[in-house]
Amino acid sequence: MNAISMTNKLYFLAFLAFFITACATTQGEEIQTDDSSVDITVEGDGTGIMVEDDSSIIATPIVVEDMTAEELLEQTDTDLANRTIYFEFNSAKLSDESLSLLEVHGNFIAENGIVEVRLEGHADERGSREYNIGLGDQRAQTVRRVLLIQGSSADQIDTVSYGEEQPAVSGHSEEAWAKNRRVELIYTVN
Amino acid sequence: MIWALVSTSAHAALTIEITQGVEGALPIAVVPFDTTKLPVKLPVDIAQIVSNDLNRSGIFETLDNKSLPAEPHYSAQVRYSRWRNASQEYLVVGRIFLKSSGQYDIQFQLLDVLKQKQILGYSLPVKKRNLRSSAHEISDLIYEKITGTPGAFNTRIAYVKSQGDKARKYVLQVADTDGFNAHTVLESDEPLMSPSWSPNGQSLAYVSFEHKRPEIFIQHLASGKRSKISSFKGINGAPSWSPNGKSLALVLSKDGSPDIYTLNIATKRLKRLTRHRSIDTEPVWNNNGKTIIFTSDRSGSPQLYEVSAMGGKPKRITFEGRYNSDASISPDGKYITMVHGDRGKYKIAQLERETGNMTVLTDAFLDESPSFSPNGKMVLYASTGGDNGVLYAVSVDGRAKHKLSDQSGDIREPVWGPYKLKK
Repeated sequence: MNAISMTNKLYFLAFLAFFITACATTQGEEIQTDDSSVDITVEGDGTGIMVEDDSSIIATPIVVEDMTAEELLEQTDTDLANRTIYFEFNSAKLSDESLSLLEVHGNFIAENGIVEVRLEGHADERGSREYNIGLGDQRAQTVRRVLLIQGSSADQIDTVSYGEEQPAVSGHSEEAWAKNRRVELIYTVN
Repeated sequence: MIWALVSTSAHAALTIEITQGVEGALPIAVVPFDTTKLPVKLPVDIAQIVSNDLNRSGIFETLDNKSLPAEPHYSAQVRYSRWRNASQEYLVVGRIFLKSSGQYDIQFQLLDVLKQKQILGYSLPVKKRNLRSSAHEISDLIYEKITGTPGAFNTRIAYVKSQGDKARKYVLQVADTDGFNAHTVLESDEPLMSPSWSPNGQSLAYVSFEHKRPEIFIQHLASGKRSKISSFKGINGAPSWSPNGKSLALVLSKDGSPDIYTLNIATKRLKRLTRHRSIDTEPVWNNNGKTIIFTSDRSGSPQLYEVSAMGGKPKRITFEGRYNSDASISPDGKYITMVHGDRGKYKIAQLERETGNMTVLTDAFLDESPSFSPNGKMVLYASTGGDNGVLYAVSVDGRAKHKLSDQSGDIREPVWGPYKLKK
């Protein structure tokens, strides 16, 4: 994580040097700079980088360079970093929110053929254990179908159901149960 | 990591506690057996084990040792009037000898206080390591003589224990019905589930996630030898041994959604019994081996269905309540117990097949995994709503109840084993 944000900063500083030079020499660029300050942020990192200059410069978000799948997965403040889909009791239906999150994951998997994802389905502790294995399986299958629609390939996706055997949170309350009814997306990069 | 163990090492016993006694149970006095002829003190108190067994059944109420009016060891020493005055209907007396062969000889007599005569008497040759088991056998003989139904004290239970919160460990264990002689069958860092006894009581089928996905294994208890029996893509779950011991009913999702199959253990021939996009699971065989009862949510919520073991159209058999699952069938086939969801609570209920009457047997809020005793008189189940998962056994009339717990972890998924084979 540190190593990566460091790398990003280096990329960025190199780019910035080029960018500032380019601005100075090239006419007709669409990027507007203000003489007083430019706000600089690196997408996916989130920490603004202040560049030491006589006049402190701030730039608007700029995609610096395509990150590798591994690097994208290591970002912590992106939608991709959100890898748990939650469900209602005894249901495998996806909320609109979950659907849009899965769109992000589906695109990512589709665009990165070297990525594989394991979908681990879980249920809360209520009801019988093998039925809950079935329920966790249905949840994982629902997520799988959405990822396939987004263009992921079937051989990138594996599913397993743990039913109620591996709760994320212990306890016998609605609050705990809500956190346990879930599908976890576990990525590996080949 | 996985450890299959030959069942030799005895671990700390489960704690047993009677949580609900019964008024009007039959009064019976079990007098401590005479052990004065033995050169060395016995490691177990036979009469106490018998007394505890009988008490737990809910059918009997034993007289505590302090209240015994006398301590006879032979029927000839008994003055019946004393026992009648102590309001006892039955009396058990006995004595233990060491034979030249090194075996013990346990002699006991069951006496009818009102009729003033012996109604049962046995001399049992016993090896030292079988002393507890013999005590349970005596309980079985007494129970059967008085109630007309065979006792189920000298049988075993299997269950899953989980220990630790973050670094969970799963342990499959087998123990006597009173919680003693707990042996570890298998230990794993990944979930273990759904133990099922072979009809001869020598093996268990179970689900193990040791390879990060569910697979079904069969393990021979005495040798520890095990074999992988089902490892298809997707779910391999809920194994249930057929009454003739030749097949397993099981759940596979290899063809899409979870469906019920049977698998011939020797030939590996697989037969698909259900074909529905719903969750079909938790198959159990009827005792005649002809039909299988299972859980399905094809109607929108989990209910029990029955299907021929040859295949065909399943027939729904539960209609009361939004959630009925995980059936266990009584040995005579007349009753089915299940997990019954009722207004957000999950209890154990019993369906009488002939009348369709449902009786709720328990009153906690997270009860599951019911399992009939082999004589059909008790139902063993797990209750998970407290701090620790514990087991309960409740009499089928709901009146008597006792608890089995283990300080070292959650225990759940109990299955009551079959009668031991007569030697």
